[in-house]
Amino acid sequence: MGNSMLSPNDLQALWVTFKLALVSTALLLVFCTPFAWWLAHTRWRGRVVIEAVIMLPLVLPPTVLGFYLLLLLGPNGWIGQTMEAVGFNHLAFTFSGLVIGSMLYSLPFVMQPLTAAFQAAGGRMLEVAATLRASPLERFYSVVLPLSQRGFLTAIVLSFAHSLGEFGVIVMIGGNIPGSTQVASIAIYNHVEAMDYASAHTLAAILVVLSFSLLLAVYALNRKFKVVGI
Amino acid sequence: MMSDQQNVLANWKENMRLPKCSLYSLLSAAVLMLFSIAINAAEPIRIAVAANFNGTLQKLTAKYEQEYGQAFVISAGSSGALYAQIQQAAPFDVFFSADAMRAERLVAENLAIDSSRFTYAVGVPVLWSGDAHLIDNKAEVLRGDAFRHLSIAEPRNAPYGMAAQQILEKLGLWQQLNTEKRLIRAQSIGQAYSQVASGAAPLGFVALAQVIDENGTVPGSYWLAPAEMYQPIVQQAVILHYAERDAATLAAARSFMTWLQSDAAIAIIRQAGYGVE
Repeated sequence: MGNSMLSPNDLQALWVTFKLALVSTALLLVFCTPFAWWLAHTRWRGRVVIEAVIMLPLVLPPTVLGFYLLLLLGPNGWIGQTMEAVGFNHLAFTFSGLVIGSMLYSLPFVMQPLTAAFQAAGGRMLEVAATLRASPLERFYSVVLPLSQRGFLTAIVLSFAHSLGEFGVIVMIGGNIPGSTQVASIAIYNHVEAMDYASAHTLAAILVVLSFSLLLAVYALNRKFKVVGI
Repeated sequence: MMSDQQNVLANWKENMRLPKCSLYSLLSAAVLMLFSIAINAAEPIRIAVAANFNGTLQKLTAKYEQEYGQAFVISAGSSGALYAQIQQAAPFDVFFSADAMRAERLVAENLAIDSSRFTYAVGVPVLWSGDAHLIDNKAEVLRGDAFRHLSIAEPRNAPYGMAAQQILEKLGLWQQLNTEKRLIRAQSIGQAYSQVASGAAPLGFVALAQVIDENGTVPGSYWLAPAEMYQPIVQQAVILHYAERDAATLAAARSFMTWLQSDAAIAIIRQAGYGVE
């Protein structure tokens, strides 16, 4: 650390950024794995609607998404009001609120690779496993998971990297509170606005190097774990 | 052999002719359009304005345009972002900053004309809530826990945020509110206003100009901090060297700046909730 140019505030912002990326990616995996499995195999006609809705966060401008989340999660929104009615606090300007925003924002990046992987991982292998009397859970762990390794890897890295650089949603619902909701991208923007370009460059360089290494890792791993049939 | 080649060449020319023709007509149409624009209207004055003054500037330019036929193109943003853009040669003739510092720095960096720099308004920060009963006339509400979040503009970037910080420091509340993570920092005074107006934050420090209506009243409840609690928010405008690209534009920008210091313009600025030096 010694002669690093990062202020304690910047380090804090980096830490919040990582925590946010980690927590929202983990929660997305928990939530999206069954959801994507269902979506990959359902024959319900309405699935196209679900698929379109999942992609919406890609199309909506992040600040627009963030603004409506703020209205929804804030003290006057129905989610915020419900939370307060049952004795919790509303979620605007809190870390939990950021996690929700971040999950919504990264949803397509997790659902897309998982659904594709599950679609490819169904079929004959599963039937064979079933005839060998593997239980559904066993089939999932010993057939689906290994076959979908690439999909999971892509989902994890995309969601994580996407969250690292998130700005628009967080600007609206975060409130930029140091140590709680101030993330690196906002800290960079504030440095630029305050004409402290040196600090902005340092923080931006760290983000670029981190994101690049992540993406590099995923492409390298993708090559290594090339799964037959996908 | 030879005739074959010529044939190919002729064919090729034939094929080329059509697109060439349409290209020419397109070009000439474009040139004509440019000419007609140049003939019909004088070059507009391009203004970059700090977001807090945008509404007032729109009123001012509308009046000026009505009287003198001068057109304007206005880009609003935070002073910090606009300053960075001007440094990178953004095409603006005049810059209305929310502070004096950035106008001065542009002069120092040889991007603006010092003789044109003047204070067009003095900003008034106000503690404001949409709730008519939240804020008392001594701002005692700030010491209690009747609110969960207080919104201010980021003090490092926004002059109104800096004033808010100074006021809270004078009240001895800055440290406490920060530790309790109840201070939310908007990117701009515009965002601070929208956070309070939407009810996401129950109260916040905004610009008086944002909340005052045509009749000079403020809806909800508010508290005006005594002027000695904060450094005055001196907002300065300056003509940029970009305006010197042609003499007519520079002259038009200068006339507009002079008009802004007339009684008619000052009346509009005052009515909008600003002080004038």
